[in-house]
Amino acid sequence: MADFFTTTYLGIALLTLGQILLLVLPLMVALAFLMYADRKIWAAVQLRRGPNVVGVFGLLQSFADLLKYVVKEVVFPAGADKAVFLLAPMVSLVMALIAWAVIPFNDGWVISDINVAILYVMAISSLEVYGVIMGGWASNSKYPFLGSLRSAAQMISYEVSLGLIIIGVIISTGSMNFGDIVNAQRGDFGLFSWYWLPHFPMVFLFFISALAETNRPPFDLPEAESELVAGYQVEYSSTPFLLFMIGELVAVVLMCALVSLLFLGGWLSPIPGLPDGILWMIAKMLVVFFMFAMIKAITPRYRYDQLMRLGWKVFLPFSLVWVVFVSFAAKFDWFWGAFARWSTGG
Amino acid sequence: MTVFSFYLFALSAIAGGFFTVVSRQPVHSVLWLILAFLSSAGLFVLLGAEFVAMLLVIVYVGAVAVLFLFVVMMLDVDFAELKAEMARYMPLALLIGLVILMQFVMAFGAWEANEAAEGLRTQVMPVDRHNTEALGMILYDQYFLLFQLAGLILLVAMIGAIVLTLRHRQDVKRQDVVAQMMRDPAKAMELRDVKPGQGL
Amino acid sequence: MIQADLNVILPEIVLAAFAMLALVGAVYTGKDKTAPAIVWATGILMLGLAVWIGTRGTATTVAFNGMFIDDSFARFAKVAILLSAASVLVMSQEYMQRRGILRFEYPLLVALAAVGMMMMVSAGDLMSLYMGLELQSLALYVVASLRRDSLKSTEAGLKYFVLGALSSGLLLYGASLVYGYSGTTLFSGIIQTAVHGEVSLGLLFGLIFLISGLAFKVSAVPFHMWTPDVYEGSPTPVTAFFATAPKVAAMGLFARLMHDAFGAAVSDWSQVIALIAVASMFLGAVAAIGQTDIKRLMAYSSIAHMGFALMGLAAGTELGVQAMLIYMAIYATMNVGTFAFILTMERDGAPVTDIRALNQYARRQPGRALAMLILMFSLAGVPPMLGFFGKFYVLRAAYEAGLGWLAVAGVVASVIGAFYYLRIVYYMYFGEEGHEIEANGSPVLWGFLMASAAVMLLGVINMFGVEGAAAAAAATLVN
Repeated sequence: MADFFTTTYLGIALLTLGQILLLVLPLMVALAFLMYADRKIWAAVQLRRGPNVVGVFGLLQSFADLLKYVVKEVVFPAGADKAVFLLAPMVSLVMALIAWAVIPFNDGWVISDINVAILYVMAISSLEVYGVIMGGWASNSKYPFLGSLRSAAQMISYEVSLGLIIIGVIISTGSMNFGDIVNAQRGDFGLFSWYWLPHFPMVFLFFISALAETNRPPFDLPEAESELVAGYQVEYSSTPFLLFMIGELVAVVLMCALVSLLFLGGWLSPIPGLPDGILWMIAKMLVVFFMFAMIKAITPRYRYDQLMRLGWKVFLPFSLVWVVFVSFAAKFDWFWGAFARWSTGG
Repeated sequence: MTVFSFYLFALSAIAGGFFTVVSRQPVHSVLWLILAFLSSAGLFVLLGAEFVAMLLVIVYVGAVAVLFLFVVMMLDVDFAELKAEMARYMPLALLIGLVILMQFVMAFGAWEANEAAEGLRTQVMPVDRHNTEALGMILYDQYFLLFQLAGLILLVAMIGAIVLTLRHRQDVKRQDVVAQMMRDPAKAMELRDVKPGQGL
Repeated sequence: MIQADLNVILPEIVLAAFAMLALVGAVYTGKDKTAPAIVWATGILMLGLAVWIGTRGTATTVAFNGMFIDDSFARFAKVAILLSAASVLVMSQEYMQRRGILRFEYPLLVALAAVGMMMMVSAGDLMSLYMGLELQSLALYVVASLRRDSLKSTEAGLKYFVLGALSSGLLLYGASLVYGYSGTTLFSGIIQTAVHGEVSLGLLFGLIFLISGLAFKVSAVPFHMWTPDVYEGSPTPVTAFFATAPKVAAMGLFARLMHDAFGAAVSDWSQVIALIAVASMFLGAVAAIGQTDIKRLMAYSSIAHMGFALMGLAAGTELGVQAMLIYMAIYATMNVGTFAFILTMERDGAPVTDIRALNQYARRQPGRALAMLILMFSLAGVPPMLGFFGKFYVLRAAYEAGLGWLAVAGVVASVIGAFYYLRIVYYMYFGEEGHEIEANGSPVLWGFLMASAAVMLLGVINMFGVEGAAAAAAATLVN
């Protein structure tokens, strides 16, 4: 029986399909509640109640929204490029989902344990911009087009510093595999062995770049409602709009997973002695997500030129210098080997 | 499985390339081009060169093609006119293409592995070494000089872009972030006691 | 290993590092206000490097697994490149500053282009060849359109860029064919694949494409179309640069590739190059006759001169390479002087390039007109100027290599070409009274003009030892 799943094509296909379902279904359900949490936190900061009608405490609000979106009519703007118009939200969602293929939740709990996992995530997240560009262009309308242009420039700008920060982590670990990266953070000091301490300033840079990369406030310029109505989503309705929204949120959760894997030790326990496990990973992701939600509630939106200035004039030079610093620290074993963990990880 | 994947990627790469050329809408062309890029990335993965595949996606699809798309979306080119222009030179172009094609058929027909060349071929990397590592060895060890030269070329390109386009405009208001942060109420506002009926 | 390798390319490293440091320094300090200082610093540094390279001994060193070759040939070419680049830079400072186009990036781009040229003449591998070439060309495209508000200058840059990219494509295609058929990109490896002087058909195809790409860079017929437009449109100091250092570098690269990589199959490429040479000489001579713009005229003149230099290469012998090197050295010197003169031509503060503006120039400036006369005679190849000896060498090399018809064609073309050089002299001495031009320009320009003319006269005695150096350089390349 076990042979069936490892040797025959049908078996491998079924096994992979099963793994995918095992990942995507909980993720989707979790997403519904994360969206709810997002709105509740936002409301709490603003002294509102937030969703509280559907279900106990409004817990089922997201499911009601889902139903609402699905049963409504899909509206195509006149002059829209229909094929691209429909393709855009699908690209957005699919790209957000397939990145999860390499994200481990526990030691070895990963669909595809590839060597260049982190590059793969970078590659996929660089593709996410296409959903936005295509959507904005295919709508054949001013605001969406402006929104998509902004978003393309923004995502490319911040991808650069995101990539440079990740290079620092890769240099420290000597591997691009998430399992190796997490294992390299294992140490005698619990949470003080994780990368957030040696790579301290980079955690914040990464987090902020992640905000920009996922078009979250305060960098939600592509959909700045006061200027662009809703940016590239203006012309979208019903299910395509839903796909965009889910895609965006999946990307946010993915960034939470990345932060916890790269800097917060993944599934490692923060206190020496306690067992490691998937619960730690999920807890860390939730903490990061909470920060995402709080930032959304408490910061005003950046202006476009401010955003570009931050990306190119602050983050890029800083992360570039950091890569050089980490290279030297790793090569010459500064700081008691905090930057060179080739022996423990890769 | 590998054979199947190969034909899948190869076919979609060819289809992508084909539609890039024949597509009437330039934005569609770029999208087809992206498909071609992605398929070739898939082919690289099949070859076991996953690092190159990922770089292909990040650099070409994630950055270069986005810029293409940018430019193409902004351009307002009358492609019918361009096509007419092209049709005018088509016979000549076809003739030249045909001649070159024939020459190459001749050349490749005469292909024979040169004995002296066999020994010169670059060695295949040992299997036990990870291909990312092997690539790093080649790039930073064997081809160190070329790597640095490529860096210089990019530097020149950057300088060139700035030299040819940057204009220092004097009539724009610039934001000085540091100055803004250093402001305090004492500097930013002034309290005046305005008497009724007098104004300032 | 890496230490020794880096030692070999130390001059290149110094120049590149200087360019980068100066770039950062200028950006954070005075920007364009620092430009004159940077121009002079770059010029002096290049001069210093030229002296350093020139006195580096006679050894042949191969670095970076054969990708970089430092031998007498490379050193000869590098000295010529650095000296001409430095003189053109220094000449251009005052002219560009007065017209407000002196940006601090200009000297640095020239310096980086010079690094590319040094890489080109030292290339021992198709890849380092291409990298050097691209570094040089990219910088040249930018400086061509340096006067970015002028339509002609941007047109020059764009034309140069598009056609240059095309030629790079040809070159790369040829390189990939050569790689495919020989299995290596190293010159030393490619030459081994030509067994008994037999080159396979595919390798021959690659060779033809490589020659086409390089012929574009030296602006030889039939790949010369860009030259007049680019020369005319670019700012004059940039044109002066185009006419000197890059030509020397491209010629050096040409010789290096032909002899190092395809030296075993001389008969295969020599006829191709001979054909290119004849076409260039005749087109350069004939097409220049109708030109009234002195920059366009110099463009055709350079096409013709490249034809002569290629004649030396076509000989495929040691003497041929020696003749080519001597020819290029003389050519660069003549052009520096001529362009120094062109830079001074102006009326009401605006540059003039019409040759009819030179009417009666001799009456007002007899000394300078005499210097120009010497240069023009030298360019035309009239004995006893140095230019005659350059032509004499290549003709002899071609004749001795059994290319008698080529030598005869060279003589004929040179006689035709003499017409337009002498016409300039005619205008200066016997032209009608017309619009006068002012003879402005800094002492630097006059100094270069006079020095260049003096070299043309005094060089007859012993050529300042260039002959011996070129012979040694040629000997290391052809063996």
